Amino acid sequence: MDYAINELEQEVLNTSRELVQKKIKPLRAEMDAKEQFSAEMWDEYRKSGMFGLWLPEEYGGLGGGITCLAMAFEELSRGCAGLALTPGTSALGAIPMFLAATKEQRERWCPDLASGKKLWAFALTEPEAGSDATALKTTAIKDGDYYIVNGTKHFISTGKEADFYTVAVNTNPSRGARGISLLVLEKGMEGFSFGKKEEKMGIRTNPTYELIFDNVRVPKENLLGSEGRGLLYVQETLDYSRPGVAAQAVGIAQGALDVTIPYLRTRKQFGQPIITFQALGHKVAELAAKTEAGRALVYNLTHRMDTEFLPAVRQAIESGTTVHDELKKLKGVRWTKYSAEAKLFCSNVAMEVADECVTLCGGIAYMRDFPLEKYMRDAKITQIYEGTVHIQKNEIITALIKEYAAKGSEE
Amino acid sequence: MNNWKNVWIFAQTQRGKLSPTAFELLTAGRQLADALHEKLAAVLIGNNVSAFAQQLIDCGADIVYTCEHPDLENYIDDVYAGVLAKMIRDYQPNKFLLPATNMGRSLSAKTAVFAGTGLTADATEVVIHPEDGQLHATRPTFGGNLMATITCAHTRPEMCSLRPMSYEKARPVQGRKGEVVAVPFEPAQFISPVQFVEFIKTQGDNLDLSEAEVIVAGGRGVGKQEGFTLLEKLATRLGGAVAASRAAVDNGWIDYRYQIGLTGRTVKPKIYIACGISGQIQHMAGMSGADVIVAINKDPQAPIMQLAHYAVEGDLYEVIPAMLEALK
Amino acid sequence: MHIVACVKQTPKSENVKIDPATGCLVRSGAASAMNPFDEYALEEAVLLKEQLGGTVSVLTMGPPQAEAVLRDSVARGADAVYQLGDMAFAGSDTWATSYALSKGIEKIAAGQPVDLIICGKQTNDSDTGHIGPQISAWLHYPNAAFVKKIIQANENSVTVERLTEDGSEVLTLPYPCVLSVVKDINKPRVSSVKGRLAAKRVTVTKWTADDIGADKQKLGMKNCPTRVVKSFVPKREVCATCVQGTNAKEKGKALVALLKENKLI
Repeated sequence: MDYAINELEQEVLNTSRELVQKKIKPLRAEMDAKEQFSAEMWDEYRKSGMFGLWLPEEYGGLGGGITCLAMAFEELSRGCAGLALTPGTSALGAIPMFLAATKEQRERWCPDLASGKKLWAFALTEPEAGSDATALKTTAIKDGDYYIVNGTKHFISTGKEADFYTVAVNTNPSRGARGISLLVLEKGMEGFSFGKKEEKMGIRTNPTYELIFDNVRVPKENLLGSEGRGLLYVQETLDYSRPGVAAQAVGIAQGALDVTIPYLRTRKQFGQPIITFQALGHKVAELAAKTEAGRALVYNLTHRMDTEFLPAVRQAIESGTTVHDELKKLKGVRWTKYSAEAKLFCSNVAMEVADECVTLCGGIAYMRDFPLEKYMRDAKITQIYEGTVHIQKNEIITALIKEYAAKGSEE
Repeated sequence: MNNWKNVWIFAQTQRGKLSPTAFELLTAGRQLADALHEKLAAVLIGNNVSAFAQQLIDCGADIVYTCEHPDLENYIDDVYAGVLAKMIRDYQPNKFLLPATNMGRSLSAKTAVFAGTGLTADATEVVIHPEDGQLHATRPTFGGNLMATITCAHTRPEMCSLRPMSYEKARPVQGRKGEVVAVPFEPAQFISPVQFVEFIKTQGDNLDLSEAEVIVAGGRGVGKQEGFTLLEKLATRLGGAVAASRAAVDNGWIDYRYQIGLTGRTVKPKIYIACGISGQIQHMAGMSGADVIVAINKDPQAPIMQLAHYAVEGDLYEVIPAMLEALK
Repeated sequence: MHIVACVKQTPKSENVKIDPATGCLVRSGAASAMNPFDEYALEEAVLLKEQLGGTVSVLTMGPPQAEAVLRDSVARGADAVYQLGDMAFAGSDTWATSYALSKGIEKIAAGQPVDLIICGKQTNDSDTGHIGPQISAWLHYPNAAFVKKIIQANENSVTVERLTEDGSEVLTLPYPCVLSVVKDINKPRVSSVKGRLAAKRVTVTKWTADDIGADKQKLGMKNCPTRVVKSFVPKREVCATCVQGTNAKEKGKALVALLKENKLI
């Protein structure tokens, strides 16, 4: 089912789908085998407007919301989850900036972000700080008008290709987690270098890099919001970006089904197309129902989010305030539980669907020149990044406990 | 209209060479001239081209018009079309055939408008209608799915560009006599603001597809750019050239200049080995004139498997290495 | 810079089916789209606009449904779109069509001078390749056909590489001029989201033969110099000898033997 509720969302779907048919499908196998970033796809995304979907028209964007972002992410991932990450991680890396940025910072960074001229990435994870982000060790010590940044980040998606990096640093190590802040670093700053390029199970078309900060001098104007509030912005970012990952997962599941169903129709064994064997047909039915359930969960959530997000953005532009502050004023829904539920459910569906589809298609699906095993390798990451399934479950149960504690003895 | 007489053919020259199409046009032109009881003339435009006149006469031209000048060394559309249009006004030919080469197609189009007459593109057969002496030119349309016969009733000359290799090359008869007419060229009359900068020769293979006796062509079934290396091996072993179908070109595996078909080149080799090509009409239009067609395809239902002289059902990545082994 | 791209709506290549009984194109259900070569022409125009600044106008001659390719052009980056529609045009051959298009271009140029006109190499229905050179003849502009690359363009002239059978030739043409382009020249983009939204809202300027000052004596089936006297479906001969063998390797060997036996290699 298509969940577009307006013209813009419909054209986002149409454009993403055409990108997959005409540009992504011809490239994906080769880029996956070579584990290469595609500059050609970056160009295509720029020309088709994929980077500015969720940004205000004032900055050259299309004024869409989280739904447009998620829809593009789903449809592009249906073609290739790794190639979808070029606009996907640029959004992820830029959302913390967009939420916390002052008017001046938005004007500085948003136009090139919206046009896709510059790519963004999000740098939170460190060797000792994965699920436990609070354990991060990268420091940023104030020195006059600058912060001096030291440390390393790893497993950073679109690393080295991205121009701007939203980096979680500790500006006050003695305060522990309460000292964490967000700083924007730029490729080319002295002392900022790239280390290991990871060889991954999946999403090989997206480059994953280690970032090394050796006394990097970052202007204080690159601090997002206030010192010590970094984790707050990170949580808010994840609330808005996890539905995107859930959408990606739905796209992967759908892509796997798109390959599987036609194959099962043409593959004959024991004298008939194997899709007519009930055991297989029923399995496909279950997988399709789960995929549709995931999709419904994502877009109902994102459409609800947009009813707050879009007005908050509008107000922030008009008043010259931060989006984060405008959202706070609305005293709106706390999205954490719902985003976690969407990501939990959809990433598990993606893995299950891709896995089962390979079994359904049989031997040929194990071979790399058949396009299915890639979906299985790609699906796995959705259960891991932006919080593993266990972290999602933590979020959900924590929220549920709070919810029911607040209700007290009413029920 | 009765004042318009004789059948003209454009003898294309480029970089000091006479195109083989000139001899194909002489064959077609001769048939038309005989049917009309009129003369056959060849037109040469360029620099130092009168040297080719006798060859054209030996192969059937009764008259050769030559328009030579250093300024005509390279093909500039405005200039050549202007020259032809003036010649048409001055000499009033009845029919005018040009080759459907890159030069011929654009030159004939522009000349037709300058001369105020009709033009049929890329014909594969031309005949004179016995009753009214009109030229009936038959050509493919809709990608070769439909053939159309076209005529030009009220204007002269009736112009037509002829697809290369639609007609056999005319054979020389030694000692044939003909008239050579030098057409004066006034540079001042044909000034063009276009500057010819340079010619760039194709890199790599030097074997022109139109002259290859053996062609090994790859289609969608080749699957990837690297696959063409195997086809090249076979082509080299057989002393031939590599070509491709539109699918292979559209996928970026090989350059457009190797594309065979309605929107690509037409070839007429002794052997055409189609590897992983399904045989759509548009492709067949470019190679159905080959003496022997060999098809190698995994799909026995592919159209080409019925149309080829020899059909091999199999994976080209196994068949071709086996062929190379057997050819050792 | 002001660039005009000429486009045509034609049947989608895969959909062309001829009814063997009537010899006519089966039109019902045959989807139409922009002539594939014109996509390259339009993309090149948009690329030049992005490089040098200016506007891209798109012109088509066709029945009412041809409006769809004009909207598609806007989705792909065109700014203004024009449709020539008039019963007087019906049945025109390329001579008459190029005449009408040239009058249309003159009228567009009256609003804003035109520097460059770009056409696709040929259409996938008529396959003639005449329109570009013929427009240049009517307008007395220089032209180049089979252009595979624009090497350099500035406000005054364009340097192009055109394809020949033995290589390519480089030419410099001053504006205004006409180029016919081949597939090698670029890779058409996927229409942008913004473009698709604009395509829905754009106003298509529609002109009749009188609007463009066309001499009706030069238009239409009755007046154009060439006409079709017959059309037929070509017969395809069936001939194959299936090369025998238990597997692909055996067949490869057998094929070589057969070709040698018949003195073909």
